[in-house]
Amino acid sequence: MKALLRSPAVFGLVALACGVAFVAFAEFRLSSFERTIIGLAGVNMILAVSLSFSNGLTGLFSLGHPAFMMVGGYVAAILTFPASRKSFMLPDLPGWLAGVEWALFPATLMGGLAAALVAVVTGFPVLRLRGHYLAVATLGLIIIARVIINNADGLTRGALGLSGIPRLTDLWWVLGWLAVTFLVTWRLKHSSVGRALLAIRENELAAACIGVHRSANRLAAFVVGAFFAGVGGALWAHLVTNLTPGSFDILLAFMLVVMVVIGGSGSLVGAALAAVMLSVVTELIRPIERELGAYGLVQITIAAILIAVLLLRPQGLFGSGEPVSRRPVEPIGRALKPASSNRQEVSQ
Amino acid sequence: MSAYLLQQIINGLVLGSMYALVAVGFSMIYSIVRLINFAHGDVVMIGALSTFFAFAVMGLPLWVTIPATVVIGAAVAALIDLLAFRPQRGAPQVNGFITSLGVSILIQNVAILLLTAQPRPLRLPSALKANLDLFGTRLSVLDGLIVASTVLALVVLTLFVRRTRLGIAMRATAENPHAAQLAGIPINRAIMTAFAVGGALAGFAGLMWGGRYGQVDPLMGFVPGLKAFVAAVIGGVGSLTGAVLGGYLLGLAEVMLVGFLPSDYGAYRDAFVFGLLILVLLVLPNGLLGQSSEDRA
Repeated sequence: MKALLRSPAVFGLVALACGVAFVAFAEFRLSSFERTIIGLAGVNMILAVSLSFSNGLTGLFSLGHPAFMMVGGYVAAILTFPASRKSFMLPDLPGWLAGVEWALFPATLMGGLAAALVAVVTGFPVLRLRGHYLAVATLGLIIIARVIINNADGLTRGALGLSGIPRLTDLWWVLGWLAVTFLVTWRLKHSSVGRALLAIRENELAAACIGVHRSANRLAAFVVGAFFAGVGGALWAHLVTNLTPGSFDILLAFMLVVMVVIGGSGSLVGAALAAVMLSVVTELIRPIERELGAYGLVQITIAAILIAVLLLRPQGLFGSGEPVSRRPVEPIGRALKPASSNRQEVSQ
Repeated sequence: MSAYLLQQIINGLVLGSMYALVAVGFSMIYSIVRLINFAHGDVVMIGALSTFFAFAVMGLPLWVTIPATVVIGAAVAALIDLLAFRPQRGAPQVNGFITSLGVSILIQNVAILLLTAQPRPLRLPSALKANLDLFGTRLSVLDGLIVASTVLALVVLTLFVRRTRLGIAMRATAENPHAAQLAGIPINRAIMTAFAVGGALAGFAGLMWGGRYGQVDPLMGFVPGLKAFVAAVIGGVGSLTGAVLGGYLLGLAEVMLVGFLPSDYGAYRDAFVFGLLILVLLVLPNGLLGQSSEDRA
């Protein structure tokens, strides 16, 4: 019985059942506005979990998630956009795209795949960088994506943004994709790939010496993260129903990073919980902000939470582990030697 | 055409001066604590805002406003170090970076909270706007002062770092903090000095930025901050000469891009800057004058 309680599969199924019950309640009882808020929180969970996987496990610090969301969001929105309005809103679309009007699922899938493709192409050069160099380079990806979308008027309507995207995303789709995100990242984390990634993170040289392919594994994690970012962007677009080049900005990248830090980098459940927590905090503070006219209060609170977590509990909620797991994820060496190699001394 | 070219070069030098001032601070902080301080751009914003308050709101003369701005920039940067970075010395590098991102968002939003995000006009005395005629090109007095005072500030900085006790302590800490500490150097004070000096330069740059473009707002520091980072990378992060060189190169390249390519490409200005960053990091990971490091590639 005790072993059963600690089993991730049981935990996952119970969580899924709770999710189904909650979504059923929300879909039947709550207003459209409330469902949008819950949907956005769900999309944030997808994004945070995928970022925790691709960043936390590998120790790579990418801020590029919003760029991939933009790719996924625009691709999916163009695919589902009503064909009757495409001809005058998006005149530069090639003929075979102008006529299509896809359903949500294939569109989100294509959005994710497009983002993954972009990640493969950009990942090759960018992933050779480390630490904050990678962070700034991927920040550059956001800006480059925004400038390109801004200037490709005929395909994206540029700075005007795409409005009137059909509202196809309901909470069932969000829950479904969240479950898929969890399943895929969890299986990968607890597979040889996940262990290879952790090995690279802890000691790159040692990992290389025992035959771990560093660049291939890193790229794989980056691409998986980008795929789910693309899916998240697509769901977002069909939930909010409009998309501008500024929809996914650096502030969003920051929020996602905060979720990963609070959850513990590499912890999937932690990231999901942190996403829920931050969404709740945001929605609690927003009315106060509006009441007082004190705009910026939400970001100030979140930045303060982040700094407090970094100072007081830098490993976040669960470190790199999960609340339930059959196998230890923390490298065993950590217990013996507190100062592990990724702790950089001030000197060098 | 040659007058046009000369005009573009002058514009590039003016923009480059401001990048250089900010980039030097970036580089100095990086060389001493191995931290890319994202909040550095926001010190530029604070400099511009305090200029706005001292000069436009309170009506103080410029000779009071300028030193006040510099002092405020230095104080804010030193305070950031004291409150956010000093408590986590020795933590993984990425933590410092995330913290600086948080500090940046915090500062921007406190400014929005207090002042709203609306841009406010900053008008410097009209004497500064007068145009000088220089070999058939036009150079405003302000632009001339920007270039001249940048050069002056950089000379003073070089003397400070080379000749004074505190400057030498800073360089020793950058070289090897443990050895510096053993030699009796108060490394926390040296680090804070680096932040303060970088902040002073950034505050000064903010004054010039706000004066040149005629308006200030709480989010104005972000793009110059990022571009100054790019400039520091081009020059080689950690090298002060490199940062200055990178600042001028980036300023010139950006102005040339806008000035000489068809106007359609002008919109790609920011994408160009970051494309250049990624390219430099890959081809020349240590920049023009930086020392090699394992972090970059």
